[in-house]
Amino acid sequence: MNSNESKKNLLAINCPEVLQVLSTFIRTEVHKTGFEKVVLGLSGGIDSSLSAALAVEALGAGNVMGVMMPYHSSNPDSLEDAKVLAGKLGIGCRTVEITPMVDPYFETCPEISNMRRGNVMARQRMIVLYDVSAETDALVLGTSNKTEYLLGYSTLWGDSACALNPLGDLYKTQVWELARYLELPERIVSKKPSADLWAGQTDEEELGFTYEQADEALEQLIDCRIKPEQLSARGFDGDFINRIMRMVRQTQYKRHLPLIAKLSNRTINRDFRFPRDWGI
Amino acid sequence: MLVRLAQTYPRLGDIEYNFEQCLESIRSAAGDGADLIVFPELALTGYLLKDMVSLTGLRDDDPKITELIDLSRDISILIGLVEHGRDHFHYNSAFYLEDGRLAGRHRKGHLPTYGMFDEGRYFAPGNRVRAFDTSFGRAGVMICEDAWHPVNPYILSQDGAELLFVISNSPVRGMRESGRFQSVENWQRITSSYALLYSNFVFYVNRAGCEDGISFSGSSHVLDPQGELTAELPFLEAAEATVNIDLDELSRARIGSPVLRDEKFLTSLNELKRIKKESFGD
Repeated sequence: MNSNESKKNLLAINCPEVLQVLSTFIRTEVHKTGFEKVVLGLSGGIDSSLSAALAVEALGAGNVMGVMMPYHSSNPDSLEDAKVLAGKLGIGCRTVEITPMVDPYFETCPEISNMRRGNVMARQRMIVLYDVSAETDALVLGTSNKTEYLLGYSTLWGDSACALNPLGDLYKTQVWELARYLELPERIVSKKPSADLWAGQTDEEELGFTYEQADEALEQLIDCRIKPEQLSARGFDGDFINRIMRMVRQTQYKRHLPLIAKLSNRTINRDFRFPRDWGI
Repeated sequence: MLVRLAQTYPRLGDIEYNFEQCLESIRSAAGDGADLIVFPELALTGYLLKDMVSLTGLRDDDPKITELIDLSRDISILIGLVEHGRDHFHYNSAFYLEDGRLAGRHRKGHLPTYGMFDEGRYFAPGNRVRAFDTSFGRAGVMICEDAWHPVNPYILSQDGAELLFVISNSPVRGMRESGRFQSVENWQRITSSYALLYSNFVFYVNRAGCEDGISFSGSSHVLDPQGELTAELPFLEAAEATVNIDLDELSRARIGSPVLRDEKFLTSLNELKRIKKESFGD
């Protein structure tokens, strides 16, 4: 690929300024709803670690709770990393094993695929998080980044479910950059991203490309509005670009609320239009 | 001349709360001896109103407007609000209130309706660009996107404006490797160009806070007629500051660099007429 240097610069961010915006975002959006606290799932990975660190910047460690929700096949290192992070940030945390919640369901469907199992686990974690949020008067803080959202690499109503998300407009490589700036533990920053649904799983192996490759392409396609055929002319692999675009298109539904059949003159969100902050 | 810049954080759609906050700022500024207080665009309502536009519009005879007009006997006030026009349309307007009267009214003419903006869906556009007299000199008002069209400050300066006010609700956007966000940098480029090229004071007053995930950048500032930054408020946070303006700077700047004097207004007008004829016919 040509002009690697300029592409790298396009994804580079001014960390102190971005931190200021994200911290203000979390603080004001949480406080204006009458809440003071957030709760989030801690996987030991970079995204949830960064979300937690941003929440601490915004609200103080005493107002952030991390929930670790391992399944019996989860990598034990993940739980360990999450605990180390919670300790470093000084936030409250608890462990809720999801094995006894999901295994009885899995027993009813022995043929279940890895993908279905992963989705069930992600949605079970969502159930736990939302219940802890009700128990502790907290909002659920999201941890999905822009790369995941665009590629649809998440479970609908599972790990994508949250009240507010500080990372949704940062590509994975930008998440890394901000995490390094905030001096998150090197083990967390440098480990291979994984949904940790089964032993040895890594995101990049499952996707078939690296996050750097995806982010460079997405940045050009989405942010710079370069057409796929123009990108091919600039040295990007045409098949790869087509595959990325297909993933973005095919997962558009994941980035929207469900379709509502229009009948009346004033249909919710179509011609009945209010901001989400209307009610507060 | 003492100008109070009020970089406020309104509550979206909560006009009662915002009005009380503004009254507090006005009284405090008047108490401190300020001559004029400038609020951001839509200071009484917040920005992402959508269908709330029609619920938050104020008519000229609204008691809130009357109260602001009464207060303007103590201090001049420039404030952004949703105006419910006599034609029953809603305008994104700025009212300049002074000595117990509405001394200037500007309706935003350029309603951004692209990208993240949807103003043209809810507001009617204004169709006047006019300077007006104040106790401190001739003034011109632009509301946010208005200032992205250089014809507006051109007309205002030809109409005699010495004080240009740009009130805005600018969302933070455009990450870069270093330096400020693109949107913040762009604003300062624009305002400093106008101050420099039209030898005017420029008062840029932007809001702070978040709505639906959008953060407003604050960073309100004042430029003198030589284009120099003389005051700047913080990024993102609500803040107020009083700026001491020496109106004699206008004379010094216009003598030192008489670009405004040498403007060829009639040539511009003739060329515009020619283009009009060629492009649109007589």
